[in-house]
Amino acid sequence: MHLVLVGTSHHHAPVELREQVALGDAQAHALAEELGEAVVLSTCNRTEIYVAALDPDDAERRAVAALADVEPALYRLRDRAAALHLFRVAAGLDSLVPGEGEILGQVRTAYENGTPGFLLDRVFRHALHAGRKVRTQTAIGESPSSVSAAAAALAEQVFGDLGGCRILMIGSGEVGEQAARNLRTRGAEIVLTANSKTSRDDLAAQLATADVVVSSTSSPDIVLDAATVERHRRGRQLLLIDLAVPRDLDPAIHELDGCFLYDIDDLQAIVVETLAGRRSEAERAETIVAAEAEKFHEWHASLDVVPAIASLRARAEAIREAELRKAEPVLGRLDESERNAVESLTAQIVNKLLHLPTVRMKQAAAAADGVIYAEAVRHLFGLEDER
Amino acid sequence: MVELLFWPALLCYGEAALGYFGSAWRAALWGVRLGWLAQTALLAVQAARDDGFPWSTWAGSLDLFVWFVVTAYLFWGSRRPYRLLGLTVMPLAVALLIVARAGGGTGVGERNHYSNLFLVVHVGLVLVAFAGFTLVAGMSALYLWQERRLKQRNATILRRPAPSLATLDGLAFRIAAYSLPALTLGIGVGVGRLINRGDSVDALVVATCVTWLVWASYLVLRVRGLTGRRAAYLALAGFVLVIVVRLALPATHFA
Repeated sequence: MHLVLVGTSHHHAPVELREQVALGDAQAHALAEELGEAVVLSTCNRTEIYVAALDPDDAERRAVAALADVEPALYRLRDRAAALHLFRVAAGLDSLVPGEGEILGQVRTAYENGTPGFLLDRVFRHALHAGRKVRTQTAIGESPSSVSAAAAALAEQVFGDLGGCRILMIGSGEVGEQAARNLRTRGAEIVLTANSKTSRDDLAAQLATADVVVSSTSSPDIVLDAATVERHRRGRQLLLIDLAVPRDLDPAIHELDGCFLYDIDDLQAIVVETLAGRRSEAERAETIVAAEAEKFHEWHASLDVVPAIASLRARAEAIREAELRKAEPVLGRLDESERNAVESLTAQIVNKLLHLPTVRMKQAAAAADGVIYAEAVRHLFGLEDER
Repeated sequence: MVELLFWPALLCYGEAALGYFGSAWRAALWGVRLGWLAQTALLAVQAARDDGFPWSTWAGSLDLFVWFVVTAYLFWGSRRPYRLLGLTVMPLAVALLIVARAGGGTGVGERNHYSNLFLVVHVGLVLVAFAGFTLVAGMSALYLWQERRLKQRNATILRRPAPSLATLDGLAFRIAAYSLPALTLGIGVGVGRLINRGDSVDALVVATCVTWLVWASYLVLRVRGLTGRRAAYLALAGFVLVIVVRLALPATHFA
């Protein structure tokens, strides 16, 4: 049984092409059913079809036909390379932002939505395991990869759990909205979204109770000065995120006790730094993924020799039982414990004789000689009829 | 036997201290765990071989104090954000354990004229309180370091995450709130015995009472709203007094 992958991703196709083959869950499921044993992974960055088939050429042809709209941008991988690719995808190593965590859930959804047989079932389960392992054993996914996520992570460095944290929004720029959304998903609540119509008294009143201020107006002047903040905060901790250019918040606020002011350059510097960290963690993650992919390859390769091993063991067992039957006139005089000892002894001899050939065949299978070894064993032991 | 246990404890604590500096978190944490096991066994052997309370000397009490500090740290040390606390706690533990050994506190067999019950209650409570204050000081130092990183807008701040300022602040307060009653009781037992025996007050008793006053002030001010950097500085000042009391032990109580 072969594993075939046909797909395209952000590495090979711009969004104009990718959107032509983007599939919803229902469409992905329908396509998987049409292809037989298949899983279709479709996200905003990739559309990939994984098929398990005895005839890999035919499977590839059918998968390519399903993505014919973007054929020049398709990549085609098989068996070991296809599995390694899937493992890297699940670990977030093939993502636009290395280590992003969303892809693991998307791989799981695709697997649950597909029509996997034993091979796809195994490779997807193993890929999900590898993805989880990378996330737990490396710090690749721990640092923020965007300005808005960095703002939320900074708030956690000041306040810890953001449940109940109060956010004061000044203006409603796009990045500011994203930052607020990031903070909200971590439990914070927006107490006021101030705009040009909000009175200074209202702003000051909310400032007294807010924990985080996110500002992203298009005002050419300073919106909040240090004196106002000092008057209303009196040393209580306050994180201020200034995403506007020109800046909304008086830089002198940062000098106040308990106040931490970060502007867009500060946040971008943090993102650049954390992405560099992700890249170094990615090297560790690649090692983990390669080791897991190798384990899968060994298992997959052993499939070539498993029937031969099973036939060999069945033949040996049949010979053992036949010889015991022949010796029945003699063995019949033994009591039950003596008979059990003979049974056990002969079984052990067979097992020990077959142990090394079994191990060697599995090793040979992993080294791509498995089929030759399997044929040799069938020939030497006369197992051709038992296929 | 005690030699066989002392050296592994010291080596493991040393490995942990180096591990924290080198960001080898996992190895450092195992160093703390194994060192703690070795030191626990060391204390058990000391207790088994001694007829009375084995940590009644200033060096012996230092040995026990290190164990209390590391035990308390182990509660938080295994949690990822708190591992950085090891940067302050483990080098201190190594240094104090070496001093304890130099003073003969990791051996067995010294006798004293105090009752076991008095020593267990008095020394035990005071040491528990001091171990708590040491952790509070560690957290306060970590607080100041973390606040400095935030003030400096350090771009690497998220690559080595520390506990949040709010968490450190709250936890330091809670540990101090548990430690002060222990110190109060420990001092009370000691003073009660002084009065009963008609002994005079020595410099150490005065220094301990001053320490108590500083930590009591810390708690009162915290309840009244003191937080952040000022609270951290006050905790560190209290810890300086803890060190003074510890250093004064051999020259006063045990002179």
